[in-house]
Order: sequence, then structure tokens, then C-alpha cells
Amino acid sequence: MREFAYVRAADVSGAVRLAGPRARYLAGATNLFDLMREEVETPELVVDISRLPLSAVEDLPGGGLRLGALARNSQVAADDRVRRRYPVLARALLKGASPQLRNRATVGGNLLQRTRCRYFYDLGAPCNKRVPGAGCAALDGFNRAHAVLGASRSCVAVHPSDMCVALAALDATVNLTGRDGERSVPITDFHRLPGETPHQETVLREGELVTSVDLPPEQPGHGDYVKVRDRASYAFALVSVAASLRVENGRITRARVALGGVAPKPWRAYAAEQLLAGAAAGEAAFGRAAEEAVAGATPLEQNAFKVELARRLVRRTLIELAGRS
Amino acid sequence: MTGHIPLHLHVNGQAHDLSLDPRVSLLDCLREHLNLTGTKKGCDQGACGACTVLADGERINSCLTPAVQCDGMEIVTVEAMAGHELGGKVQEAFQAHDGFQCGYCTSGQICSIVAMLAEHHDGRPSAETRDLTAPAALTDAEIRERMAGNLCRCGAYNGIVAAVREVAGA
Repeated sequence: MREFAYVRAADVSGAVRLAGPRARYLAGATNLFDLMREEVETPELVVDISRLPLSAVEDLPGGGLRLGALARNSQVAADDRVRRRYPVLARALLKGASPQLRNRATVGGNLLQRTRCRYFYDLGAPCNKRVPGAGCAALDGFNRAHAVLGASRSCVAVHPSDMCVALAALDATVNLTGRDGERSVPITDFHRLPGETPHQETVLREGELVTSVDLPPEQPGHGDYVKVRDRASYAFALVSVAASLRVENGRITRARVALGGVAPKPWRAYAAEQLLAGAAAGEAAFGRAAEEAVAGATPLEQNAFKVELARRLVRRTLIELAGRS
Repeated sequence: MTGHIPLHLHVNGQAHDLSLDPRVSLLDCLREHLNLTGTKKGCDQGACGACTVLADGERINSCLTPAVQCDGMEIVTVEAMAGHELGGKVQEAFQAHDGFQCGYCTSGQICSIVAMLAEHHDGRPSAETRDLTAPAALTDAEIRERMAGNLCRCGAYNGIVAAVREVAGA
């Protein structure tokens, strides 16, 4: 690990003032400390924000819920309000990482975690995300775990988060504080697609700090987070689905479908949702929506299975949710 | 600001005043600076759980935690488990049920189990928990999911589950 200067931030405004272009915020450390050890990340300054008062989970006026950026993944998953009102989020968190990691990992850190593409970690391999313009070793390399939607010729890495997929399905909002003040960004606009600039992963400006994530009021209906991985637990998703469905008198009145493990960002399947809205709740509509969710997929040599897996997982999840309605 | 950072740690009830490079993990702090070598380094990247210790009662991977972030925390390692009411029982159950072969993952397993039983007692759910609004019975499937963060390459999992079952049922 390279040497760096370490400071503990006293408050949010102090943290934002300290964080320059070669600085990184440190919260639960589970991802950043590892990346620093591998020298994928080489900050000159580490601003430790882990003691800032941003760990509360609080009710919002009007029925929503605010998750502090430093709330631990385990804390959010165990929160009674999350379990009752946002089970899709509790399930996604509980299916991520391990209990030990969830005890340290934070909401803000989860939003900002980096891809687990092996070539991103391998300093001997070209990677446009690590060194812009270097090339991409995954395009013609071992790409079984890589993206089938939203990728580019510059980068085919997937976003690794489970939590963010649930947040996308919940229409969450990310609250930020920067040198120019505060602003809010919908979760679905927070992460960028790689295009020609895969090193720019979010819309965060220099020094901007994630302070909390807001969940809108609970929606009637049923939701779930379903994850397929190479082993039963403690593994990243090959494909995951966060979905919710409201059915009234046999008709779908509201649907949300988001996919994980298949794209460079948490992937909302808007076209599939539009097909579902107003349709009769049945296997025909669910099958059409599942086809639509993977329409335009561009699989690589080793990951075509993800397209079929995603299609089947969307269909199966919708059928199960309709069965509960 | 580059350089060593002062740090006050309580480890197994004993206070330590240290000055550490911020690159030192809690794991290396315990092993190299405090000579507490019961906590093991397996993968050193948060994938195996061999380095599991308790920090303010919560189980964490000490390999992924910078020691300087633990300033003021109470750390409990396997060295304290023989004198720990629940930890001692888990150790005895491991012997009775062959919860280990080579023993390298065992200190992490013991610490993890002690915290896992406390989490379960507090009513925290796991990915195996069907009804998120009710406490879950500690079935074998629940034990395996709740212990998924501790790998055992000898494959002593059946013995580990049996040991947890005995302690939880007692």
C-alpha cells in the first residue's frame, strides 16, 4: 500500500473542505482499504468520515425513510421499518457480502463500491477504468461475470451492489453535500454508463459527499429481491432482480423491475415496466416483460447465459409476486 | 500529516496506547504489534473470515479494518474466549463435534459464532429468514447462512453446525 496522509473529519463541512482531487473518503473501509492495498486506489489523502453523525435511520415527513450514509448495511437490514415497509431492500442487503462485512459496510460506501472485474484489480492488465485509454482486457478475456446490458467497447465491468438494485426499484434519492451546497440525485441518475469514460462512475463532483439516501413512502403491493450466484451465499450476483408489483382486480397497476449483475450500473428495466402497467396479471404479460427486460443485450463470448438467466429470473419473480397479490 | 497516528485500543480488557502507520490493519496490529497471534490471516482481502474479531461486540473482518479506525473501541479476540461464558462453551462444543481439522479458520469461527448467537438473540434476520417481521428459529439452514462469512477449507462445516446447534440449544 502506498503512503498517504490520514485525517479524521470533524464535521461534514470540514470533510468537504479537505477533500481535493487526490483525496478519498473512508467510511467502513471494506472496499477502499482493499483497493489501496492492491494499489488500484492510490489516494494522497484519506479523510476518515466514519465518526461523522450520519448513521441514523429516520422517518421522513410524509412517510418516507432516510438512511444515513454511514448507517451500516447490517443496521439497515435489521431496522424494523425497513423490514416491514421496504422488504426488497432488507432482502438485498442480507444477500450481499457476509455478516462481518455488512457490520462495517455503509450505505454511502455501498453506493460507491467499485467493480470486482479481475482486470480492474490486476495492475498487469490493461483497464480503461483504472488507466483511461489503456484498453480493456475483459473484452477478449475471461468475461463470464461481465455486463450484457449498458456496456461499451471501453468497459464491460458490472456494478457489484445488491443494495443499489433494490434502491433503483424503490425510486430512492441520493443526498449530497459539496463545496457549493447540497443537492439530491435520483438513484437511477447517480451512476453513469461507461461510454468512453468508464473511470467516471458517478455524477459526484470533486469533494462531494454522500450524506444520506431517501426512500419514498411505502407503495402498496409486493416486492422481492432474488439473486442467483455461483454458490449459496457470500458471492456476487450473476444475475439479480429487484421487483415490485401491485395488482388490482387482476390488472397490474404498478410495476418496478431492476436488474443486478448484468450492467455497469443498477439497471432499471423501464420498457418492461411500461409493458406491465395496465396489463392483465398473468404469465403472458410476465413473459413479454421478461423478454423486454433483456432486449438489446449484447453478450460477450462467455456470458450469453446471463441473458437467458435474467429473462427467466424476471419472469419467475413476477409470477411469484402476482401469486402473493 | 503523513506518518504515525496515536491510537487507544482496548483488547481483551487491556488498554493499549499505540502509534501506528494508518496502513496497518487491525489484524496486523493485533498480530505484529500486540503479539496476539490467535487471530489468523487467511486471504487478507475479506473473503475467508479467518481474521474475525469482535469490535464493540460486532463481528468484523480485522484484515479490512484500518487499526486507526478502531481508536477507543473494545476489541475481543479468540485469546479471551476461554474466559468468556459463551466463547468457552463454543470451544468445548468444537472439540466434542470435530468442528475443525487443521484449525486455521477456528479462531475466526469461534469469534463469529459468539457474535452470531448474539445477533440471533437480538432478533436480527438473515437471507434465510422467511418472515422478516418475526424472530427466526435457528435451523441448520439459518446457521449455515449466518456463518457464510467463515470459510473452512478442510470442510468441517457439519461439525461446526453441530457445535452451534448444541450451544444454541443449551
